[in-house]
Amino acid sequence: MSTLTVSVVTPDGPVLEEAFEMVSCKAESGELGILPGHIPMVAPLTISAIRLKGEGKSDRIAVSGGFLEVRPDKVTILAQSAEKPTDIDIDRARMAKERAERRLQDKQADIDFKRAELALKRAINRLDVYENNF
Amino acid sequence: MASLRDIKGRITSTKKTKQITKAMEMVSASKLNRAEQNARYFVPYSEKIQEVVASISQGGGDASHPMLESREVKCTGYLVITSDRGLAGAFNSSVLRRVYQQIRQHHTSAEEYKLITIGRIGRDFFRKRNIPVDMDITGLADQPDFADIKDIASDTIQLFTDEEIDQLYIYYNHYVSAITQEVTEKKVLPLTDFGGESVGSTSSYEYEPNQEEILEVLLPQYAESLIYGALLDSKASEHAARMTAMKSATDNADDLIGDLTLSYNRARQAAITQEITEIVGGAAALE
Repeated sequence: MSTLTVSVVTPDGPVLEEAFEMVSCKAESGELGILPGHIPMVAPLTISAIRLKGEGKSDRIAVSGGFLEVRPDKVTILAQSAEKPTDIDIDRARMAKERAERRLQDKQADIDFKRAELALKRAINRLDVYENNF
Repeated sequence: MASLRDIKGRITSTKKTKQITKAMEMVSASKLNRAEQNARYFVPYSEKIQEVVASISQGGGDASHPMLESREVKCTGYLVITSDRGLAGAFNSSVLRRVYQQIRQHHTSAEEYKLITIGRIGRDFFRKRNIPVDMDITGLADQPDFADIKDIASDTIQLFTDEEIDQLYIYYNHYVSAITQEVTEKKVLPLTDFGGESVGSTSSYEYEPNQEEILEVLLPQYAESLIYGALLDSKASEHAARMTAMKSATDNADDLIGDLTLSYNRARQAAITQEITEIVGGAAALE
């Protein structure tokens, strides 16, 4: 079966570059599944997990937003942060979740609220990716 | 003529200074390696994002976004990247001089510009001259993460989106090599220069959901990445500049120690000669 090269790059360096058979991710407009030979496309991603399936292997990556660029034989994911389950700092994520929840309960200014909400989403996403992997 | 003890004291203190500058040189050299590596890691990200932005903004035609359009300039934003610590030769002063000249030349009142500084030296420089600094960040790590500057980058871009500033320039030291750093002025907003030729023909994308919404996400991210790139570049320059400065300080200390040792030996010799003369003179008087 044909494959596509998936590369995940962040400002702090490349995270992954490997061949997979299918990529599924959650874009702003909904779930997307990408197989080899897809037409070139660009889509923004939500804070979510990207699932990668290949020959007898599967991988999950937690991304915080960013976007996805698709070419027939290559998928590039550009995100401000992206982590494999093994790279996730689980304690930090748990702490971030608690902090964000506390802030949300305090209900201060509007901008803080938004920021806390995003932080909470990122933390939940990380925890989710981490826990589903083990 | 200085006494033997004085010279000896100076030699010892110069030697101690030399040890310190030597150590700082070595520390900077290893930090430079890391900083260079970070800058390299960032390249694939910036290239890719630039490629996508260029192909959307050039290929699309009907795509428009406030960040892509030049408007009448009422207020200019300057983002100045300096270091937190000195002892880096002309690293900070050359950037600051350049920005200071620009401001002097182009602006008559403080309402026409906004200053954003990264690094303590830059902030203190402008505060001392009574130039208001609107935002600043200090105490960045030597190997900064994207998360460290995300807030200041997005706030800066927010200034442009809110039309508080109509253009944004970054000033920083571009890392050319370990011995050369260049003060660079880069226009970040509005995004007009995508560096390099259009790549639109090779990749015509399908946009999901549409171009405008992608630009909405992509452009701020792109502008933030430009700022982060400049910061990484500047960090590499900082370590290189400090390394060179410390190297020349070490060399100078070596020269100084050489000179001092020479005059120490001369003084010692003179003292010995004088003693001999005295003894001979004393013996001659007894005969």
